[in-house]
Amino acid sequence: MLMVATGNKAVAAAVKEAKPSVVAAYPITPQSEVVEQIAEYVMSGEMQARYIPVESEHSAMTACIGASVTGVRTFTATSSHGLLYMHEMLHWAAGARLPIVMANINRALGPGWNVWAEHTDAYSQRDSGWLQFFVADVQEAYDTTLMAFRIAENTGILLPVMVNLDGFLLSHIMQSLETVDPGDYLPPMVLPHAIDIDHPASYGTLTGPRDHFKFRWEIERAMRNSPAVIRDAEEEFSRRFGRSYGPTEEYLCEDADILILSLGTLGREAEVSVDILRKEGIKAGSMRIRWFRPFPDLDLGNRDLVVIDRGYSFGFGGVLADSIRSRYRDAQIYSVIAGLGGQEVTYDDIASFVRERKMGDEYWFGVDA
Amino acid sequence: MNDRPDRDCMSEIPKTEYLEKTTTACAGCTSSLALRYVLKAAGPDTVLVVPACCTSILQGIYPHTAFNVPVYNIAFAAAAACASGMSEAFASMGKKTNVIVYAGDGGTVDIGIQALSGALERGTDFLYICYDNEAYGNTGMQRSGATPIGARTTTTPGGKTDAKKDLDRIIAAHNIPYQATATPAYPKDLYEKVKTALATPGPSFMHILVPCPPGWRIPSDMSVTVGKMAVKTGSFVLWERKFGELTISSPSKTAMMRRAPLREYLSLQGRFKGISDRAVNELEQSIEKNISLLAKEEAGEC
Amino acid sequence: MFEIRIHSRGGQGGVTAASLIATAAFLDKKHATAAPFYGAERRGAPVTSFVRIDCEPIKIYSQIRSPDLVIVLDASIMETVDVLQGMQPGGTVLINSPHPVDLPGVNVLTIDLTGVALAVDLVVSGSPILNTPVLGALAKMGVISRDSAENAIRSMFADERNIRAAEAAYTELVV
Repeated sequence: MLMVATGNKAVAAAVKEAKPSVVAAYPITPQSEVVEQIAEYVMSGEMQARYIPVESEHSAMTACIGASVTGVRTFTATSSHGLLYMHEMLHWAAGARLPIVMANINRALGPGWNVWAEHTDAYSQRDSGWLQFFVADVQEAYDTTLMAFRIAENTGILLPVMVNLDGFLLSHIMQSLETVDPGDYLPPMVLPHAIDIDHPASYGTLTGPRDHFKFRWEIERAMRNSPAVIRDAEEEFSRRFGRSYGPTEEYLCEDADILILSLGTLGREAEVSVDILRKEGIKAGSMRIRWFRPFPDLDLGNRDLVVIDRGYSFGFGGVLADSIRSRYRDAQIYSVIAGLGGQEVTYDDIASFVRERKMGDEYWFGVDA
Repeated sequence: MNDRPDRDCMSEIPKTEYLEKTTTACAGCTSSLALRYVLKAAGPDTVLVVPACCTSILQGIYPHTAFNVPVYNIAFAAAAACASGMSEAFASMGKKTNVIVYAGDGGTVDIGIQALSGALERGTDFLYICYDNEAYGNTGMQRSGATPIGARTTTTPGGKTDAKKDLDRIIAAHNIPYQATATPAYPKDLYEKVKTALATPGPSFMHILVPCPPGWRIPSDMSVTVGKMAVKTGSFVLWERKFGELTISSPSKTAMMRRAPLREYLSLQGRFKGISDRAVNELEQSIEKNISLLAKEEAGEC
Repeated sequence: MFEIRIHSRGGQGGVTAASLIATAAFLDKKHATAAPFYGAERRGAPVTSFVRIDCEPIKIYSQIRSPDLVIVLDASIMETVDVLQGMQPGGTVLINSPHPVDLPGVNVLTIDLTGVALAVDLVVSGSPILNTPVLGALAKMGVISRDSAENAIRSMFADERNIRAAEAAYTELVV
């Protein structure tokens, strides 16, 4: 069905199709519309989920954990401080090997209070064992949420999945959306270690130094399996529903001398910059990174890389830039820190990052001269 | 007999404003009305501790603030813990600065209750004010534990199916020196209670009902009237407990003698449109029960 | 690409107007994006929202800098907000006003949306609804088709007064 929807409503519409049994809900700007729309679906009967209006985000994730381990599909959504408030439980969900799906509407951290787009919230959870995707439009938000359930529940993975949307820039923007009936693209969830009265077990008990590291390795092993599983899920999605996704979205990269790398809506804005630069004879291309965890292999070649980070790791550097630098030792990177707290970054700005690039440098947009 | 009995009493309230007219409050916001009186009672030697809530935004956008007392903004779950640390620090310096938490209902009854309970249990010397608009106002009116049964919010589009959490009895179970309820529709009562709270060493708690035009779906110029109706119908009872001894305040004493019908309060508010008879019944019963318990407590029976 | 900026006050439905316009454009088989810009989202506070309409997919997410059309749903906003910011000479401003308004360098269209809403009793919580009648005005201006305006309104609102108000605005607006 074709309709117009915001990023938030698209996520809710996908969750409706995924038919979770339990949804934990706690409001935070700019996510609230996700759980509000789900409340409407539950009230109207379009969704049969048990809706738990929890009293905090820490409880939202914990409620999802409690529900998920019984073997049912679960969902919650948050942003920013809410994500950080559930931090210990994010680690718990991954360690407990639970296929929870969560939408994170990327928002800056306070103080001062700022409700606009920034990726530091998601960046700060990168060690947790969650898979993470970053999307750039309403259709992709819908499609990726559907794919997330399939990927998470794959028995070779069984890790939670976070779908990231730029706060306000995507969460609140209306664009066209085609909804689908997933059918058995999302088969019933089977959790091998679900609570079973007939085969009782203790979950997460005291685990000593001789054993704990083995469980930690199991998480990483699943992470290493995940690229193949994600690719399968994306290919199957394309086969059934006609839209293709991959670890990156590339625009005019093949013959490019310079690549602009970014996450989220900046990647689309960058395509407009690419068109402007090409008219000036600068062969730029845009490579929007979709998979953040697992971090994908990238076809970077020998090009100059202008890497835009919409977040930061203080005392270290832009996280996307650092991710590339650490994997591709010879990469020539111009690291741009832009868009923090919803700072406006236009296609003209991105074009100027490319024109004025100083390879090896880090540039804080709006701060440095 | 004075036909404007409040006029003389109101003139005792200081004229100095600590809340400038430049807040970004909604037209008709009774929380900012209440806060004006809170700050008049507290005076300048005060720090407000404000978790995520409407008041966070009322201050305005950097680099400006509409408040003429120090305001410390803090994370949502943490106001009482922050106040706890601050109060101890002032005490260590021998300072008598008022530490006042000014928090919404969501930040008190839901996400903030752990920190609040701890701060009360430790005997923290501060005043915690919960201004209650019965929803998560700052994020667009989602239900909180303080939302009454039957009320429509964006996450209870068909009306909340659970009763309002009895915050006051939870606080009472902590046996703190001073606890009170108030609403800015009775500003003198509110002002006096803040003064009493601040003069009482140890933890004080005030629960202030603040009718909210966008949340309750009332016209902006009806918010004070609706506040009065809350008291007149017994939906919200004004009282104070000093060292465990309860006194019901006079507007509620009057209301208890002859309560206005609950429907007169509900019908003013769009959030109760279409409320089921069952929910109305539950509201009635909880009013009856609350009033009965308070009356018995005041009379010394139990 | 056609870019529209809408100025209103919180609670007047300016953000919904943007959604309705985008929906109508979508029904006209065009690409459209609509976005609010949240400042202090308080009832009565100035709010700005945006719509882009294009025949090609829209890749721009940054704010509109040079709108082709500015809509002012509450004329009192003009006392504190520069509603003409970024406008090119010859751009159009549509103002909710019962009287003509004079602004230098731009085409000004005025229409009494408040009057239109009050005339059909399209009032919620004491405020007249402006976001549906404004669609009638836009249809008269040719920004969206009349049919799509009507279908967009119907997709969001069941109350027929919204359609009547839009039709009255369509009739009343002199372009």
